[in-house]
Parts: sequence; C-alpha cells; structure tokens
Amino acid sequence: MLDIKNLHAGIDGKEILKGLTLHVGVGEVHAIMGPNGSGKSTLANVLAGRPKYVATSGSVTYDGKDLLALPAEERAREGVFLAMQYPVEIPGVNNIYFLKAALNSIRKHQGLEELDAMEFLQLAREKMKLVELDEAFMNRSVNEGFSGGEKKRNEIFQMAVLDPKLAILDETDSGLDIDALRIVAEGVNALRSEKHSVLVITHYQRLLRYLVPDFVHVLADGKIVKSGGKELAEELEQKGYEWIEEEVAAAR
Amino acid sequence: MSSVLEERLIEPRHIDGEPDRVRRIRTQAAERFNALGWPTTRLEEWKYTSLASVAGIDWKTSQRLPDDKSYESPFGDKPVAELMFINGALYANRATLANEHPGIRIVPMREAMENESFAQHFSRYADYEKHALTALNTARWQDGAFIEIAPGTVVEGFIHIFYLGGAKDERLVSHYRNLIVAGRGSQITGVESFFGKGTYFTNTVTEVVAGDGAVVDHYKFENESVEAFHIGTVQIHQERSSSVTSRTIAIGGGLVRNEINVALTGEGASLSMEGLFVLSGKQHVDNHTVIDHVAPHCDSVELFKGILDENARGIFDGRIIVEPDAVKTSSRQTNRNLLLSETAVVDSKPSLEIHNDDVKCNHGSTIGQLDEEALFYLRARGIGEEDARNLLVYAFASEIVERMKIDVVRESVARALRQQGLGMRDEGGKR
Repeated sequence: MLDIKNLHAGIDGKEILKGLTLHVGVGEVHAIMGPNGSGKSTLANVLAGRPKYVATSGSVTYDGKDLLALPAEERAREGVFLAMQYPVEIPGVNNIYFLKAALNSIRKHQGLEELDAMEFLQLAREKMKLVELDEAFMNRSVNEGFSGGEKKRNEIFQMAVLDPKLAILDETDSGLDIDALRIVAEGVNALRSEKHSVLVITHYQRLLRYLVPDFVHVLADGKIVKSGGKELAEELEQKGYEWIEEEVAAAR
Repeated sequence: MSSVLEERLIEPRHIDGEPDRVRRIRTQAAERFNALGWPTTRLEEWKYTSLASVAGIDWKTSQRLPDDKSYESPFGDKPVAELMFINGALYANRATLANEHPGIRIVPMREAMENESFAQHFSRYADYEKHALTALNTARWQDGAFIEIAPGTVVEGFIHIFYLGGAKDERLVSHYRNLIVAGRGSQITGVESFFGKGTYFTNTVTEVVAGDGAVVDHYKFENESVEAFHIGTVQIHQERSSSVTSRTIAIGGGLVRNEINVALTGEGASLSMEGLFVLSGKQHVDNHTVIDHVAPHCDSVELFKGILDENARGIFDGRIIVEPDAVKTSSRQTNRNLLLSETAVVDSKPSLEIHNDDVKCNHGSTIGQLDEEALFYLRARGIGEEDARNLLVYAFASEIVERMKIDVVRESVARALRQQGLGMRDEGGKR
C-alpha cells in the first residue's frame, strides 16, 4: 500500500525528515509517535502534497505509483486522505456542497458514477450520525465558527464520506476531550477493514486506547528509531520519550 | 488630454412638450457642463480615473438597434413590470399590467414630465452644479423610467429597467435619467441592469426618493460590454424611518464609474449599501460613494467587495459624513478586496468625516490574496486546483451575492460570475 524509503524532506530549505523508511500494508493501522519537532507533521504534509514541503531524496510508493510525483488533488483522488491538524475555516464555501464536489471528483477519477444530490445527502446523513455531528453543521461554511472538537469531527466525517484507501490522521486527537476522542476513534474504527490502511500520527497514547494500532513507530529527529506492537505505545506513555532519545544518542 | 476636446461645448437637448422648469434646468445644466468641462485627474474625486479616452470620442446619439437581435431581458417574465431601453430610446414597455394598480405608476420619463411628483422631485437631488457628468446627463437625457409608488402601496416582486447599448460601426452615447419616488410607507424593489456589445457610452443618473417609512431595494447590475464606457450616479434621498438597500454589482464595462450618493435626511432612516466589482483584463471600475448622515438616529452599513484579476484596476472611494445635527448616528463602512494577479491594482480609500461627538462609526479596508491554506484544503480533498481557486473566489463574492433576495437576479449575477470563471462548473455556488 505505502512504501516509504529513505525519505529526506523539509520546508524552506531546512531538512526535517532525514532518511525515513516505513512500510504500511493493506488493512494495517500504524501509529507514528514522537516528541515535538521530530518530523511527524512534516511526514503527513509531504504525503498529502502540501505546497512548500519538498522531498529531496528517497521515494514514496503508494499503490504502485510514485506518490511524490502527483499533485495534492491527484493523491486525494487516488485514495489518500489527510485529516488535518489545523482544519482551515473557509467562509462562503458550503460544507455539504464542498464535500459533494470532492466526493464526485474522486468518484469520477475512479471511474465510478457521480452521486446526485439526493444520493449524496443520504450518504452524508448516515456518516454524520457516526461522528455525532448535527445536520445543521452541514449547511454552514466549511469549519467556520466550529469549535476545535467540531473541526476534528468534521475531518473524520469527511474521511468517512470520501472512504479513502489510506487515511493519515495528523494529531487529530490533540485538544480533544474524551468524548470527542471516542467519536474520532469510532470513526476510524468504522473505516478499518481489509482494504483500508491508516496512519495515526500522535504525540500521546490516549487515542491509541480506543484505536488499537497494529504497529507503533517512534519518530525522532526525522527517522523511525524504534518500531513495535501496541505495547510500545504504553511504554512511551509511562516512560516518556527521553529514554528513546537516550538510546538513539547512545547508539550513535 | 486634448484641450480641444475639453472645450467642445454641448447644447441642451429639449423634448417636445417639455415643461418650462425642465427646459430651464437643461439649459442651466448645459451651461454648467460647459463651464466645468470633463473632470480631470487633477480633481481629488477623479484622481484614479482619467476620462480622456471617453472625452476623446465624438459620440453620436441614434436609435439604432444592436445588430444581433439579442434583445431578451436577462430576467425573462419574472419582473412585475419592465421598461427596456436600447441606445437611449424606449424599446419595450411591459408595465401595462402593473399600472392597473392605482398605487403604481411606471412610465417612460418623457411621458412623466407633467406629473406632480416629477415636478416636485426631478433634479432636486442629483447635483449638476458640481458634478460635470450629472450636468451632462441633465442637459442631454433622452429617456428613462419614472416610477411612482403611492403611499402605503406594496409592490410585490420587482420592477426592471433594462438598458442595452451598442451598435456595429457606430459610437453611440445614451444618457438615461430615472426618477423613483416611493411614497410614505410604500415598498418597492427596482432593478436596473446594463448590458451591451461593442464600444458605446452609457451616462445614467437615477434619483431615488424614499418617503417616510418607505422600504426601497435598489439593485444596479452593470454588466456592460468590456469595451463600453459607463458612468452612473444613483442619488438616494431618505426621509424619516425609511429603509433602503442599495446594491451595485459591476462585472462588465471597460471604463466604469459608479457613484452612489445617499442622504439620510429624516430621523431613524436606515441604509444598507452593498457593492461587488469583479474585474479582469484591462477593466477599470471606480466606485465612489458618499453617505451623508444629516438627521439623528440614522444607521448605515456599507460593504464593498472587489475581486481583481489580470491587469484590472479597481477603486473604492467611500466617504461617510456625519453632520453636526446627526447625533446617535451608527455607521459602519467596510471594503474588502481580493487580488488574483500580481498586476491587478486596487485603491481603497474609506473615509469618515464626523462633525459631532455622539456617534458610533467605524470603517476599514483590506486587500489580500487567496488563502493558500484554504486552497490546499480543497485540493487535499480531491478538488482540482482551478476549481478550488474558482470556488474560493466565488466564496468571497458570495457574501454579497447570496444576500440578494430576488432569485432570478441573484442567479443572473452568479451566472455572469461563472462566465468570468468563478464558482464551480456544475452548479456554481448554489446551495
């Protein structure tokens, strides 16, 4: 599904990822954990194609394609979804209209028939229940006036509607109360299947209690320095990141 | 600017059966124009807009029709009444049915000159002493619409004045003069829309009188040909507790000056003034607004938004005056501009002139580019870059567009924006 090899990438000429290698198989849930500044968000942004984030060497193969060669919209149409750390407010762009346009451009690309307004609404209503978003939100402008938690739930709602093959969650859990966290986790769990892969990027272990990953990786100074099963997350929660940083330093 | 052209003198135009007062005013206005001459950029009020190109053309008047036979109103049969003018002359009068109502009178100006309200209001508000183009219009107007709504009459739906300009191989000028008088407690929505083809010059003055407690919605939809010149003044006079909404949409036109002047002369009057200009190519649109708070307890809210692409030039010059007696005035003025290219230019000049201490006024203006974060957000959801840009630009405009209450007008404006590439291809910004 996703094969990242020796990826070096950064922004404004500053290298942040320094040789990251990661393999995510179909149907797997991977968690990437790491201290602030380790390159977690850079990884998410490079994968989604955010402008200004530049890969200088290495490769990212997704579904057999060179992901880095595709513009952001092509990546989305190929099934990559990034749940943003800071979802932007877009006044004047209606939530439901926007999402229908997005879904149909993805469906069109994948050779599927576009949904009409009725079919789309039916789908949207069903997914809204999943994230416990009120229907009133749908007729507002994208994220405008939403609370932090509502924005994150809107991301998960969009993810549920767009049904991506690879979902990347960039600190979707930060700033959420326990109820919102549970809702986000349920949204991701509902997506979980043999066909969907998920990359959960997080600073804390909290979300991983509800969303049990198959693999946990620790990112430090732009590289994966340790990988393991779900128990690694618990260990990190108890011991913090310092012991890993010490281990890495000692190995140098 | 050629001094020869500046000195070209005009004669007043007189219409058969014109009352003495009108005759006299036209003569005075012609003298005034000849004394003032075309405004130059040396005048503060015209510093951003040179009229040299329009003054340099030897404009003709003629009742020729455009050649392409596309004389259809953009709003179909939706208006309750419609007067259609082509190159200065009445072409179609669809006001018969509306005129059956005893409280509604919609006639061409030529036929209204004996009317009592005409005598009372014509040329009382639009100032030809100081404004050369208003003087030119007053001296030379050919026709226009006279609309009078009797006290207490509520006009359901909207009245449309439709202007079509241009004729092949000719340089035609049209001077339109309109007068809208909304009686005490009446309600009316009037839409003026300007379309055309090729090079021509429209010079229009509309006087609007909102009587005590009257509710008036005025729309000006300027969608002239990009080779056309358009100079227009909307002069609004508000009496006690009247409520006026003025909307000015400028999408077409090569060189355009939109003046909207409002005097709030009766206590408790309220004004909402909205404007949108969407320009590309070499279009030049100069919006000039004056809101004069004369009486106490009035409020005004003004919002103008500009979207400029390619080499377009836009101006917002808005002045709010609070007179010494106008205590408890509440006034808010906002101008927001979106630049889509590095070569587009906008000048924003909001100003407040306050002559008493007991007021609540604020103003502000912004000039910015498309939000790159928002653009990425849309693209990251699968929407192509061009569509995403168009969607965001339309979103910026939508604040003004979506507030338009008349469906067919709003849709027509949205369609015109789509023809400029705004909104998404399938169904625009419609919700």
